[in-house]
Parts: sequence; structure tokens; C-alpha cells
Amino acid sequence: MSVSFPELAAIRLGYGLSPLMPPPATPGEVLDSVAAAAPGPEAVTLEQAREVIGRHLALGRNRMDSGSEGQAEFRALNRELALMPMVELRQRLARAVDAPAGFGERLVQFWSDHFTTRSNATNTHHLRLAFIDEAIRPHLGGRFEAMLIAANTHPMMLRYLDQGRSIGPNSRAARNNPNRRMGLNENLARETIELHTLGVDAGYDQDDVRQLAELLTGLVFRPKTDELFLKNWAEPGAETVLGRSYGGDGPARIEDIHAVLTDLARHPDTARHLARKLAVHFVADEPSPALVDELAATWGESGGDLSQVYAVLVGHPDLAAQFRQKVRQPFDYLASTLRALGVSGQAILAIEPRRIRNDFGAALTRMGQPWYQPVGPDGWAEPAADWITPQGLAARIEFSLKQPSRLVETLPDPRDFLHTALGSTAGEALNWAVPKAESAREGVAMVLASNDFNRR
Amino acid sequence: MLSRRLFLKSTALIGCSAAAHPLLSSMSFAAAPGENRLVVIILRGAMDGLDVLQPYGDPELARLRPTLAMGPAKGALDLDGFYALHPGLSALYPLWQAGELGFVPAVSTPYRDKRSHFDGQDLLEAGTGNDLPVRFRQGGWLNRLLQAMPGAMSETAYSVGVEEMLILSGKAPARSWAPDAELELSPQAQLLLDHLYHEDALFRDAAAEANQIAAETMQPERRSRADAAGLGRFAATRLNGETRIASFSVAGWDSHANQPAVIGKAMTRLSDAILALREGLGANWAKTTVLAMTEFGRTARQNGSNGTDHGTGGAMLMAGGAIRGGRVIGDWPGLGEGDLYAGRDLMPLRDVRAHAAWAMAGLYGIPRNQLETSIFPGLDMGDDPRILA
Repeated sequence: MSVSFPELAAIRLGYGLSPLMPPPATPGEVLDSVAAAAPGPEAVTLEQAREVIGRHLALGRNRMDSGSEGQAEFRALNRELALMPMVELRQRLARAVDAPAGFGERLVQFWSDHFTTRSNATNTHHLRLAFIDEAIRPHLGGRFEAMLIAANTHPMMLRYLDQGRSIGPNSRAARNNPNRRMGLNENLARETIELHTLGVDAGYDQDDVRQLAELLTGLVFRPKTDELFLKNWAEPGAETVLGRSYGGDGPARIEDIHAVLTDLARHPDTARHLARKLAVHFVADEPSPALVDELAATWGESGGDLSQVYAVLVGHPDLAAQFRQKVRQPFDYLASTLRALGVSGQAILAIEPRRIRNDFGAALTRMGQPWYQPVGPDGWAEPAADWITPQGLAARIEFSLKQPSRLVETLPDPRDFLHTALGSTAGEALNWAVPKAESAREGVAMVLASNDFNRR
Repeated sequence: MLSRRLFLKSTALIGCSAAAHPLLSSMSFAAAPGENRLVVIILRGAMDGLDVLQPYGDPELARLRPTLAMGPAKGALDLDGFYALHPGLSALYPLWQAGELGFVPAVSTPYRDKRSHFDGQDLLEAGTGNDLPVRFRQGGWLNRLLQAMPGAMSETAYSVGVEEMLILSGKAPARSWAPDAELELSPQAQLLLDHLYHEDALFRDAAAEANQIAAETMQPERRSRADAAGLGRFAATRLNGETRIASFSVAGWDSHANQPAVIGKAMTRLSDAILALREGLGANWAKTTVLAMTEFGRTARQNGSNGTDHGTGGAMLMAGGAIRGGRVIGDWPGLGEGDLYAGRDLMPLRDVRAHAAWAMAGLYGIPRNQLETSIFPGLDMGDDPRILA
């Protein structure tokens, strides 16, 4: 099938076609969408997240003393905070449907999944929002090292990967508290090397992990103080990671942590690991070696300048050659459905968080991608077979049948909708099937449940 | 952290195995391995074993728990003169009388001291110890059991519900279905979808299996299928067919405050699930072993808000016609000052995995060395607690 660049770009690099706006006409328009994914007016800051945690802890402490009024206030705050992920989901869907090209918003998904964090407490949901707005969105088009440093020193990541429990065995804090069990936690160090930079198959060993863990000691998050680096917790002395020594005789400094992260970001194995990961996410579960090589080469030559790497991806012939080898992940599926139905971001923002939870949050869970609750720090799986499971597909079919009539006042004519949603890319089987549906509801559902629509 | 890393490896394996094992492999014609059924219920939130199975004969209990401890004087059902059953589980009391309900007090996984639900559950489902290098952990122990069962096929094991069940993840194919998943298609929509997916093997096979399961399992009364009774009913329909192993979870045990109300609801769900299994299984209940386990216990002392906090030793509940019920199996560590773990928790006397291992040895003839090295790596099974009838 020969597919035009605009359709290819909308379907493969963005969130699909929309009746409300034309698809991006040129690679330049796709690349411009990266800057458009910068933090918006709704951005949450670390300061706000601190304030929420502080308020939650204070109300939790005081609820016994202040009787039923305090209990009620605490419960009300808990209810409000518990819905934050749904407020966030609503915002993300709205940005996805409104973005003309959508590639920038897709990158927000990609990088926040690469730097997976998971908020396990109601009072840290804001912290994860701050993570996206401070560590991911501002760095989408810059150098990878800037994003790596922002992400892996961000309180949300420190909390998720247990850095707050990691104390240098010979640090002042450990020496002053000989009876407390204090020690190193390697989690952040291991994931930094294995998942975030070099990749699991790279040439590093347990000593590198251990040394990096020692170097990372001192990075902590305490909601009540602005300080993100406690010298008293840091392991004294130099550490050697991948043959290079960091720190030394002077006092521990966060600059040494920045230095090791910068070196890891610039390492050739990191270029290779990330080149492949981008190719797998945007092009094919098994990308061509040529594409990976080109991305890795540009990564290396540009010192990890992400904009230059994206330019290779966006202009690559594999986008056409390997069309429909990827399956839309559940969030992308919801966003693409809303876009195809012509639901505006404004209309999405008007939906109550509880309905977002019942209609969209629950659907994501059934499709196998509960909102921001990946099981491990490696994030979501890529292979198509992981998403098109019996129950995952049943959930997509169910959504296709039930939700469109709740989202638009009148359902479109299925034959028109087929063109709106898939342009010239609809296959023969779908063109045959849609006009034969018994009702508009089922005709629209055929389009949304089709393999043509679910693949990209 | 060990647990998350564990999953990193196991999801990679799922990806590979999905490609290597089409849904209907040649194995599917093999006979189902035996008639014995095993149901593992994960009780998420750390069930308070001291409340469910109250050692009222220990005088310390009433001292540590002035309002929570009840004993027979305050409505708990006496079991054997020392332990009493929380009245929230009174619906299960007839099973106790019939020898189909039993308990093991003071057990735990090897997980210690950190008391995080997520990590505790991951370790419980992985079935490994803390000592094992993370890289050697692969999937969950029920999946490793499947790998050791000759003749196991994808229908042999089911995880039930929308939740990811780490306990069944791994190399061996296993099915997964949420009983509240719906697939109601008009005949025409069905026909059109069949046509759409015909040339696309991934969609075609997934849809065919979804249709098959939906057709087999959808019942006229479709309300309340997401609740625990629904999970139990669904699991029973599968277990009456080719399935021999099922797992699902019952959440809601994290009772930091107002414990009676919190776990009251959870106990209702648990007993509903077990009774639905019993009813649905009919004659097959006699060949069924249900093990209900939780990630850790709770503090021996009640806290200031009429609840309990995360602790260590907990209790396991067993049910089914295949068990030697009507008894509490295992020793009691005591609740005195010097008896408690870290001065605050019930002391675990035995690894809960040992009981699961002995059950698997009895139900499926898995050799002890295989249980101690590959299914539960590093486990010492110890003496046979003889939980099976």
C-alpha cells in the first residue's frame, strides 16, 4: 500500500486522523510539535507537590485531635487526591486530541515510559505530575543528558526507585547512628544503567552498579526541605564507574552525580539502546538494522541531540515500508478514537473526573494498561501480541460498541467515519464490512475495532 | 528493587513465550493433568491473621488488643478452645464443621522489615526468597508449577480478574480472563469482525479465543460479576472443565483504622468467593484445595485508631474438600513481650511457601527437590504438615 506522508505521519507518529484539523503536511510540521509539547498552563510544580504532601500529612496527623471535623476534612482531601490520576488522564487525552501533529505528545508518553515512575500513594500523585512537567516535557527536544539528569534526580524518581532509603555505609549519618540499620540501596543505580542508559546487554558489571549506588547517596527527597542533596548521607571518597573516577577527597557534591549521568548519557551503548528503543516504539517491534544504525549514528554525532535524532526518524522510509506493524497501545487507542470521533479537547476537559475514571480509566485497565500503573520500572511492553490478547481485544471491541454514542451527540455515518478515521488507508476487508453493519453504532464500532484502526 | 526487576525479566519472557506458544499448541490435545484442583487466592492489603483467626486462649491477646480481640465471649466462633473464628467469616463455619476449612497461624514469606504491600505481594507471588539473586527470578510460582506438570496446556491455569497476577506469569502458557469482560455481539457484528480479522492472525486468534471464552462463560445473570463471588463462580466453571489451577485476588485488608469495618467487607468478599467456588464446583469440590495467602501480617498491638499497622507473621486460610480441615495446623509462638518479632509483630514460625509446596507435592506429585530448587528456589520444606486429606 502506498500511503501519503500526511496520513503516515498522523497515524504512525501522532494520534491519528481528525475531522477537526488536517494531518501534518511536512516533516517540519511533525518536528515543530515537539516544542508544542512544552509544559502547559496546567503544569504542576515540585513546590505544589510538596504543599500537597505537607497538607496531607498534617491533616492525617491532626484528624484524631480535631474529632469528626478533622476526619471529614482528611477524607475529603483523600477523595480529591485519589482522583488526581483521572484529572491527569483527562488533561493528557485533551492535549492528544488537540495537538495538530501529535508527535510531541507521543514523545511525552515515550519518555515518561522510558523513565517510568509510579505513584503508589494518593499524596504523591502531584509529584508524578510535577515529574512529567519538570523532567520530561521541558527536555523533549534537547540533549538526552539534560532529561536524564532532570529525571533521575527528580523526587518522584528518587521515591519510586527507593533512593530515599540509600545511605552511604560510611557516611556521617551512618556513623552517627550505629544502631540504625542504614545502608545502600542499589535500585536507582541499577535502573539508571540497565534501563535508562546503557541497556541490559551493555558491558558493565555489578561493581559499576555498586559504585554508582555509592555515588548517588545523598540524593534524597524530604517534603519539608528544599534540599535534594544531603552531604551527611553521601558515601565519602571517590567512586569509579565504567573506569572513570568521580568525587574525591573534598566534600560530596551533587555535581559529581551530574557528571556521571552526563557520561552515561553520552556513552555509545546508550546511543544504541535508545536508538533501538525509539525505532521499536515508533516503527516496528523488529525494526530494521539500517534504521537503528542511522538513529544511533545521529545520536552519536550530535551528542544525543534528540531533535536531530527525531529528524532521522520522521523522514525515514521504514515508516512507509513497515506500516501497520505496530499496535496502538491502549492510551493511544483511546486518544485516536476520540480524535477520529471529532471530540475536542475542550469537551474532554468538561467531563467529570468520576466519569473519566468509569469510562476511560476502567477501559484502560481492561485493555491491560491501567493509567500510570506499569508493573515495573521497565514500563509498558511493546510487542503487538502483548496488547491484542483475548481480553484486551474484547475490551477494545466493547469500548467501540459502547462509548462512541456517549461521546458524540449523533454518530457519524459509518462510511464517512471510515474515511475520517483511516483516510485512504482502510483495507479491502474493512471497506467491505462497514457498509454491511446493521446499525450506525455497529458500523462505527467496526471501524474502531478493526485491525486497520488498531494497528499503526 | 528486587520485585520490580523480577517483573522486568518475566514480562520479557511472556513476550517470547507468546510467540513460541500459539494459543492452541499441540499440547492442547494432551490429557489434563489429573483431577486435583488448586485455587490460590491472594489477599491484598495484608490480612490481620490475629483477627481472622483469634488466639483468644493466649491471655496476651486481650491485653494487646483491648477492643479488637473478641473471643467467643464477644461473638467470635470458638474453633478448638484456643482459637476462634472472626464472626465476619461465620458463613464459612459450616465448612469448618465439615472438615473443609483450616488455618495455619504464624506463617510468612521470607519478606522482612520493610513492610511494603507491593514488594510483599511481589515476593509472595514470585515465591522466591530474599537471598536469591534478582536475575534468577522468573515469573510466579504457579507458572513454575505448570512448567513442572506434564500435560499442562494453556487451559490448565487461569488467572481471573483484570488484575495482573504475577503468580501465574512466566514461560508456561496460562489463560487470563476477567469475568466482567463483555463481548456481546450481534450475529452480524460477529460475522463482520470475523471477516475483518480473517487475514490478521494476531487479531483472528485473540478474537476467536475471546468469543469462545465469552460463549462458555457468560450467564444470564450478569450483574455482580466483578465481585469476589463472581470471581469464584467464574473460576468454578473453568475448574469444572479443563482447568486445574486458578488464581485471583481479594483486596481490602489494609486496616490501619477502624479495622472491624474495613476487614468486615473484605471477609464478606472472601467467604463469598469460597462459597461460590464450593457451590459452583459441586462434586469437584472434593478434589479442590483453596489456599488464601497474604503478603504479611499486622502489628500484634492495635493502634490508636482501632486498627493495626503492617507487621510480619500472618495466617493462611485453607478450604476445600481435599484438605484435612477442621483444625489449626502448626505451632503458636505466643504474644508475650519476648515472643514478638521485632517487639511488635507476631513471630512467623514457618514459611508459608512450605505449606503450598507440600500441597503441590500431594496434589500433583511434584518431587520435593524440584519444589525446593525450581518452584520455590531456596525453600526448606521441613516436615510435612499434612494439610491434605
